Amino acid sequence: MTSAGSGLSLAQTCVLSLLVFTGASQFALVGALAAGGNPFTAAAGAFFLGVRNAFYGLRLSQLLALPRAVRPFAAQWVIDETTVVALAQPTRRAARIGFTVTGLPLYVLWNLTTLLGALGAEAIGDTDAWGLDAAGPAVFLALLAPMLKTTRERAVAGIAIILGLALLPVLPAGVPVLVAAAAAPVVLWAEGRRKTDERRDGRRNDRQNDRQDGEQEAAR
Amino acid sequence: MNVWIAITVTAIGCYAVKLIGLLVPEGVLERPLVQRLAALLPVALLAALTAQQTFADGRLLILDARAAGLAAAAVALLLRAPFLLVVAVAVIVTAGVRAMTG
Repeated sequence: MTSAGSGLSLAQTCVLSLLVFTGASQFALVGALAAGGNPFTAAAGAFFLGVRNAFYGLRLSQLLALPRAVRPFAAQWVIDETTVVALAQPTRRAARIGFTVTGLPLYVLWNLTTLLGALGAEAIGDTDAWGLDAAGPAVFLALLAPMLKTTRERAVAGIAIILGLALLPVLPAGVPVLVAAAAAPVVLWAEGRRKTDERRDGRRNDRQNDRQDGEQEAAR
Repeated sequence: MNVWIAITVTAIGCYAVKLIGLLVPEGVLERPLVQRLAALLPVALLAALTAQQTFADGRLLILDARAAGLAAAAVALLLRAPFLLVVAVAVIVTAGVRAMTG
């Protein structure tokens, strides 16, 4: 797709899709290489965008409870889309099925369209003219919407948006999104403080102390 | 050759972080804080990614047809439109606004 237009060969484009398989990182890598960046800076930017998958894995691992031997294979499919679908399922069984039926077709289709896109990049012409650049954020928005159930999630989303946009011009590609992730521990920490204030006479139990320590660690 | 180096480094790095998330020991995950944090992190990441892909052009912030497309998608979501329709609305409105504004 985009990469064929920035000087990557057909083989390079396809290998990138097969092995990296996390869209934002692929685009970041291709963009940085096209702009003349050296391979390690380009890879670093792409890597930072991929770090969020570790957080997804954290969530998925408790949800799916996969056997240890399966994990290295499942890992490649730990991406935005599979996580959201798995999280939306009511039971563990449904979550496993959701993860698989999202992961497999996405992996196959993503790599097929990469091949087709690389072959036919010239033929399609300007994808922006068709508004296709809005499809990505629209997918994310549709995935995000059902998660915004309470004020807590809305606060996190709001802070993350502000951080993500405000830091975009000043930090290297991929880093602002990671900083925006800090919205989650910040909101939890603020909630914890408010609860503590409400029961200032009550003694704090160990669990709450524990929690606040963890929150401060995460916030750092 | 440089391109192959970049591809290799990225592939290894991106796979490693995916695997790390899955391999974190279960005991850590059972703590209530970790559970709540893990539930909120995708919210923060998705929100930031949505905003960036809507308003960013490289490292510049701009307001263009995509914003109209995403606003339309948000309306469709409020009306409980199905997933594919939401995405289609965003694409069509973006293309439409772009065609009108040249």
